[in-house]
Amino acid sequence: MNPSHFSAVLLFALFASVVFGITMRDTAQKMLRYGAWCFVLFTGSAIVLSWAMFLIAR
Amino acid sequence: MATTPQKAAEPTGFVYGPLIAGWLIPGAGHFLQRKWGRGALLLASIGGMFFLGLAMQGKVYSGAHDILDLLGLAGDLGNGLFFALSRIAGWGADSIQVTSADYGTRFIVVAGLLNVMAAVDAHNLATGRKK
Repeated sequence: MNPSHFSAVLLFALFASVVFGITMRDTAQKMLRYGAWCFVLFTGSAIVLSWAMFLIAR
Repeated sequence: MATTPQKAAEPTGFVYGPLIAGWLIPGAGHFLQRKWGRGALLLASIGGMFFLGLAMQGKVYSGAHDILDLLGLAGDLGNGLFFALSRIAGWGADSIQVTSADYGTRFIVVAGLLNVMAAVDAHNLATGRKK
C-alpha cells in the first residue's frame, strides 16, 4: 500500500477524530460534533501548513 | 431547605477489568460495559489504523537504541495484543525503506496511543466518572 501524503493525512484524521470524539465527549451528538471538528482541524491545519512550507521554500 | 447532591453509585468489583481488556483489544473495555457502538467504532478505528500502518510497511519497534526508539516502542506497546501478534508473526518492516513506510510507522505508534486513551475512557465508564 502506497498512499499519497494527503490520503495518509485524511486516513489519520478520520481514525484519530473518531477516537477523540468518543473519548472526549459524553453524548452521541456531542461526540459527532467534536469528532467532525477534530477532523476539520487535522486536515485544515495540514493544508495550511503545507501551503506555508511551500511558500517559505520558494 | 437545601437539597444535598446525590452521590454516584460506588463501582463494585474489579474496576480495572475494562482498562486491561481495552488495552489488550481495542474497544473490548467498552464491549464489557455494553457500549457496543462505541466499542465497534474504536475497534474499527484503532485496528484499521494499526493494520493500515502494517500495510504501508511501517516499522514495529522491537527495542530501544535511542530516545526516539524508546518513545516509538512506548507508543507501539499501547496496541496490546496487536503488538504482541505482530512481534510473534514478524509483521512490519525492520527498517524504513520507502516514504509510505514512514507514514505507516507513525500510524502504528499513534494507534497505540489512541488505544491507551480508549482504555482509560473505558476505565472512566467503569468507575462512573463518565457516562
